Amino acid sequence: MSEYKAQDYKFGQPRWCPGCGDHAFLGALHKAMSEIGVAPHDIAVISGIGCSSRLPYYMNTYGFHTIHGRAAAIATGAKVANPNLTVWQISGDGDGLAIGGNHFIHAVRRNIDLNMILLNNRIYGLTKGQYSPTSSRGFVSKSSPYGTVEDPFRPAELCFGARGNFFARCVATDMSATVECLKAAAQHKGASVTEVLQNCVIFNNGTHDSVYTKEGRAKNAIYLEHGKPMIFGENSEYGLAQEGFGLKVVKLGENGVTEKDILVHDAHCADPTLHLKLALMEGPEFPVALGIIRDVEAPTYNDSVHAQLEEVKAKKPYHNFAELLETNETWEIK
Amino acid sequence: MAELNKKEELGQVIIRFSGDSGDGMQLAGNIFSTISAIVGNDICTFPDYPADIRAPQGVLTGVSGFQVHIGADKVYTPGDKCDVLIAMNPAALKTQYKHCKPTAAIIIDSDSFTAKDLEKAEFKTDDPIAELGITCEVVPCPITSMCIETLKDSGLDNKSVVRCKNMLALCLVCWLFDRDLSLAENMLKAKFAKKPEIAEANIKVLHAGYNMGHNTHASISHTYSIESKQKAKGKYMDINGNKATAYGLMAAAEKAEMNLFLGSYPITPATDILHELAKHKSMGVITMQAEDEIAGCASAVGAAYAGALACTSTSGPGICLKSEAINLAVITELPLVIIDVQRGGPSTGLPTKSEQTDLLQVLFGRNGESPIPVIAATSPTDCFDSAYWACKIAVEHMTPVILLTDAFIANGSAAFKLPNLNDYPAIKPNYTTPEMIGNWTPYKRDPETLVRYWAVPGTPGFMHRIGGLEKSNATGTISNDPDNHHLMVEQRAKKVALIAERIPELNVEGADDADLLVVGFGGTYGHLREAVQQMNEEGKKVAHAHLNFINPLPRNTKEVLSRYKNVVVAEQNMGQLAAYLRMNIEGIKLHQFNEVKGQPFNVATLVEAFDKIISE
Repeated sequence: MSEYKAQDYKFGQPRWCPGCGDHAFLGALHKAMSEIGVAPHDIAVISGIGCSSRLPYYMNTYGFHTIHGRAAAIATGAKVANPNLTVWQISGDGDGLAIGGNHFIHAVRRNIDLNMILLNNRIYGLTKGQYSPTSSRGFVSKSSPYGTVEDPFRPAELCFGARGNFFARCVATDMSATVECLKAAAQHKGASVTEVLQNCVIFNNGTHDSVYTKEGRAKNAIYLEHGKPMIFGENSEYGLAQEGFGLKVVKLGENGVTEKDILVHDAHCADPTLHLKLALMEGPEFPVALGIIRDVEAPTYNDSVHAQLEEVKAKKPYHNFAELLETNETWEIK
Repeated sequence: MAELNKKEELGQVIIRFSGDSGDGMQLAGNIFSTISAIVGNDICTFPDYPADIRAPQGVLTGVSGFQVHIGADKVYTPGDKCDVLIAMNPAALKTQYKHCKPTAAIIIDSDSFTAKDLEKAEFKTDDPIAELGITCEVVPCPITSMCIETLKDSGLDNKSVVRCKNMLALCLVCWLFDRDLSLAENMLKAKFAKKPEIAEANIKVLHAGYNMGHNTHASISHTYSIESKQKAKGKYMDINGNKATAYGLMAAAEKAEMNLFLGSYPITPATDILHELAKHKSMGVITMQAEDEIAGCASAVGAAYAGALACTSTSGPGICLKSEAINLAVITELPLVIIDVQRGGPSTGLPTKSEQTDLLQVLFGRNGESPIPVIAATSPTDCFDSAYWACKIAVEHMTPVILLTDAFIANGSAAFKLPNLNDYPAIKPNYTTPEMIGNWTPYKRDPETLVRYWAVPGTPGFMHRIGGLEKSNATGTISNDPDNHHLMVEQRAKKVALIAERIPELNVEGADDADLLVVGFGGTYGHLREAVQQMNEEGKKVAHAHLNFINPLPRNTKEVLSRYKNVVVAEQNMGQLAAYLRMNIEGIKLHQFNEVKGQPFNVATLVEAFDKIISE
């Protein structure tokens, strides 16, 4: 049992718009932290720029609201320099995947132990409504009055493309599932990416409507759990099965389909092929995958850096400046 | 062949090695300068290499040069023109002979002057000496064939054999200057410790060449010796500016009892700082090769936030990219050391050449009112002290600090007296103490220095939030209040201005009543010093003041500059320091000497320009 309560991680009064998904997510983060139990002074919450990046101001931890797009790089430096800190990196879709896209993929590739949170509302909110790199083709916004003519990123695809070992997805208003994702992300050693589907009431209201309510999720989402069959539907009547190189939705009891035909989720499988297929499922044909989609152990950057320091310390005879000088070829003037 | 040659005592000599960029001229030059330093000469070197890694063999753009100035007494520069030029092929002769004094001796590898070689170097006739109008002594030596002959039984393949020819050139020079070959042997053994057969071949060639010089006198009319005057007692090593910078950072980290972190992205001519620090993991140094320049700086800001002595190293184009992250350290008042090894610009410019054209960029190239201390290292060895000072100011004053060096001092080397850290001032980061709990806010300042107190994440009782948005005075909460913003702008500026109280005063070398004061900054110190010294020897009254600290300026700068009737600011840009001084010292009248060629100053040109100012 943790000695901390959600209250211990709260600070100040959030200034997001009423109804913004960030409020719900913040509550889930406070709760998750209290259940994880790391002391507030051992936590650094580091964000970029954007609505969601205001989050560190509402944390009673160490908080750093940095510059646009660079949160992952700044968090990487903080974690490797001070590995005792638990580092949460908060970005929105513009911050993390547009201006900060390069740092996002490299933090994931390096596998630095960060809890990377991607609050995805598919819009630029703070600059008042431009399309983002996750807005779908044809999306009409102030900067695309006739609709965008470009395809969006799918965050999971970037994560796996960068050899990511942890990917989870949750809906900001779905408190208990969000808490579970955040706890798993914190427990995972290495870069973890949690995509939080979050609604912007002002500039992109309804973007995640199909899964934003409990009823919607019952119909249109599947909660993946490691070791459990992939069953979903209002009455648990559907399942996911493999077909050729892809997935298909099957109905239990129809055409002789039984539970043993249903795929069992394996979040720890090293091969990400099926994880990617699950993460890319979209309605109306498929349910949206929620929960921990991939969670595979791999050596972390921070551990490897510090292990190498120790290894070289044991091997090399010099450990201070005076000894370093003596490793050079020197001559003496008497 | 000449008769038995004369041995001449010299006070100083300048030697230039040149050949294809794959010919090993940098190694030969390095070995020669180090053994000269070991016997007690003062040295100053200048590697002058092309941006191409390996241009096609024998062409004009692929020539790599290494100039070394050796003196009995203190030498400040690699010298203007050389006394001895080694040219390994026609392209080297063609591009380098302009660096020769009229009295110079030019040693060429006669084996590489075939019709084909001449054609590659774009000669039109078969007599390159006449075609170039060379009047100094040219000594043809069969360097390649001697090398092949010496190593015919070595079992090495032809390519490896020919690669030893730089040692033949080296030993001819060793013979010419009466150098002890055993020193060179030791260096080769160390350099090729893992390839003993290569070391042995090189040493064999070295001796063969020395004997060739000795037996034939190499057709040179003189050999030389350079005596050594007494230098300060102690242990010395050869060091270049980039290595000295890395050493300064490690020394400061030890003194401050902090972990050193370098976030960096490869860029010429700064990369060797990353290379050097990456080696020293046993010292606890963390180096991170970031995904780009921005991440190099951003990771360092993160490391600084988390309590490390954080640095990022780059050159001018990298500074452009790092500016936003540097500014985050300005407003959050976090310690950060940014090293800018200047090169020719704008844009990619001249990546391997040297300039001082980033001064105004580092002073002013950020959005908002963004004051940052700027320090400029004056020589290869001064990079050590300057890096140390940069770290000291950063952590004691909670500010990013920019250290300017340049390609010339970064790659140039000199004899470095091994420093004793006990002689260096303490470095005391401005940490919070447990007694402050309850009575501390993130932007509460030391009333005397205006420095905020540093609560490092992980410290119980000091949880707080900082960021790039403007802060309320003292409390550090977000504020849009107009008066508060003005106050914070003033406080950040004043905090940096107050550092002037802690840094040395500007020193003048020369008389108070001089007719001319020469003012420079950074890596031009040696050339300006030598020019002024030469004029003093000619009986002219000229003084020299060199700025190491540029922001803030030393507190006596105005007083010093106002003392002289003529002040000339000499810099390798179009007048950036002059503009900055005019901005800071109202009404000051300055002459300017500006040259932006990517090359070090030429002492003779400086003397001529300064003479002109005096006589006007």
